[in-house]
Amino acid sequence: METATQTKPEIAVSLRDVNKWYGEFHVLKNVNLDVERGQRIVICGPSGSGKSTMIRCINRLEEHQAGQIIVDGIELNNDLKNIDQIRREVGMVFQHFNLFPHLTVLENCCLAPMWVRKIPRKEAEATAMEYLERVKIPHQAKKFPGQLSGGQQQRVAIARSLCMKPRIMLFDEPTSALDPEMIKEVLDTMIELAESGMTMLCVTHEMGFAKTVADSVIFMDAGQIIEMNTPDEFFNHPQHERSKLFLSQILGH
Amino acid sequence: MADPNLSATPPQTLSTVPSKPSFWNDPQKRALVFQILLVIGIGLLLWFIFSNTLHNLDKRGIKTGFDFLDRPAGFGITQTLIPYTEASTFGRTFLVGLLNTLLVAGLGIIFATMLGFSVGVARLSKNWLISRIALVFIETIRNIPPLLQILFWYRAILPLLPGPKDSISLAELFYLHKRGLTLPSPLFEPAFIWTFWAFIAALVLAFIIGRWAKARREKTGEQFPVLWTAVGVIIGVPLITFFLTGSPLNWDVPALSGFNFRGGLTVIPELTALLLALSIYTAAFIAEIVRSGIQSVSKGQSEAAASLGLRPNRTLQLVVIPQAMRVIIPQLTSQYLNLTKNTSLGVAIGYPDLVNVFAGTTLNQTGQAVEIIFMTMLVYLAISLTISMFMNWYNKRMALVER
Repeated sequence: METATQTKPEIAVSLRDVNKWYGEFHVLKNVNLDVERGQRIVICGPSGSGKSTMIRCINRLEEHQAGQIIVDGIELNNDLKNIDQIRREVGMVFQHFNLFPHLTVLENCCLAPMWVRKIPRKEAEATAMEYLERVKIPHQAKKFPGQLSGGQQQRVAIARSLCMKPRIMLFDEPTSALDPEMIKEVLDTMIELAESGMTMLCVTHEMGFAKTVADSVIFMDAGQIIEMNTPDEFFNHPQHERSKLFLSQILGH
Repeated sequence: MADPNLSATPPQTLSTVPSKPSFWNDPQKRALVFQILLVIGIGLLLWFIFSNTLHNLDKRGIKTGFDFLDRPAGFGITQTLIPYTEASTFGRTFLVGLLNTLLVAGLGIIFATMLGFSVGVARLSKNWLISRIALVFIETIRNIPPLLQILFWYRAILPLLPGPKDSISLAELFYLHKRGLTLPSPLFEPAFIWTFWAFIAALVLAFIIGRWAKARREKTGEQFPVLWTAVGVIIGVPLITFFLTGSPLNWDVPALSGFNFRGGLTVIPELTALLLALSIYTAAFIAEIVRSGIQSVSKGQSEAAASLGLRPNRTLQLVVIPQAMRVIIPQLTSQYLNLTKNTSLGVAIGYPDLVNVFAGTTLNQTGQAVEIIFMTMLVYLAISLTISMFMNWYNKRMALVER
């Protein structure tokens, strides 16, 4: 399996001519994208460009209206079984963490493994502690999310996703709601995850993160993928006027 | 950069003991003085009311005390849940009235909760028509005074029903007519007790199955259809017992004789009207509470649950409802209390509740206003406090821990 992926890269996520409208508003216009297994993709672009919508289509939090999305070899359509199967393999981290406030950190991490993967509590807790260890907050396991800082909550959210042992991780602006000093701890966790070989799609404006770990950077504007390139090329020689303008705006200060 | 004047240690000249404020500027002492004054004031007021009442009662020659409770009442009551005749005591009228009040309150809470939760969920439906109907229901019902709604059912709707002779009948068992709803009444034979015990045993068994299934799920991860098994056990075990003991239950089926029914059990129209009005009125408020409770759980919560692979029904069960309940429960408590207190509006249509029977007829007959009103108020207070104690206990179990 491992050698096979090295010799012939497997496609983890594939989008073909994906279109989506919110009423009259055309959010995604003929989006085409192939993500190989183990690839780390950073998606950036101005707000309203459709980057969040695109990754939310990958696990069906949003429904695409035309085109084809294939995740992990399964086509995403109205078949509930396919959606269930895809959601088990795709983890997601949100801007506002979305931890379950009525459950402890440990229970947050065990809920889905127990109810979806039907894993015994003891085993689920052991796995959860392993991942909490990895995001460096095992000692907070018995606390409730409301008792943690933003950075800690986001790290718990990452651990919660990992407990389902996903093959693909989606990050939707994971550091945008954090204070500057907490951004680093979350980015460090993400970098570590990237180094472990996880397939990642990250919507983020952290250009430092993009330069460190991304295999390629996607720039989106007005529902279209304008440019896709290696971080080096993208930051140093942006091809399009729109990307140049965007980069000058976010790197200018 | 380092400015010596800004350093953390205070200058030597300041005393380490904080200076004392004068007596009147010390918030703690001020609070104490005001509290003492308040207690004295309330004490004086109570003493004045009490002595004034005693003085006036004495002047008019009214005997105080609770002796009247043992005297025969001498009046009839239209609905009695316990044996009662005109020869029963005034004390008995208190019990009859209390039970009638509890009947409406209890049934009303059950119906209002069921209807309210359904309408509240319907209000959130993606189906435009359903959510609009729910909205119109809520806005109409909760903006009309409850007393008017009771009168509406009693004076405008129920009189439209036919008389007993032409009643609307269902399978010759149930009859709906002007004078109420007549239905078969059960006649229990002694052996029926076994069915009752079987039911209790089934409840215990269902509880044990639930505990076992939970333990097994946590140990092995396997899920068990607890709900269906429990329903099966609770219905099945008593049913089998019932037939094994030879069906020890007969029905007294009502039959029309002349202008009225013989046999069976007739629910008086006052109860129907009061129950309908209060259940529907309270349900409209409960629906809004349920809607706001569910909406208070952010969309991100269900999205996070969905992204973890949880199905919508599991998300509702494990994520949304537990969080919505903490918003719903306190408000639900106050609606239950309102419904209980509103049962006293039954006076307007002559429903024999505690206020009507005891604080009405009994008071008129005995003239013991102070004792009777006092007892009646204590009863409502006790019922309300019991409900809120239970709901507070439940709320505490559901509360969120933060910081």
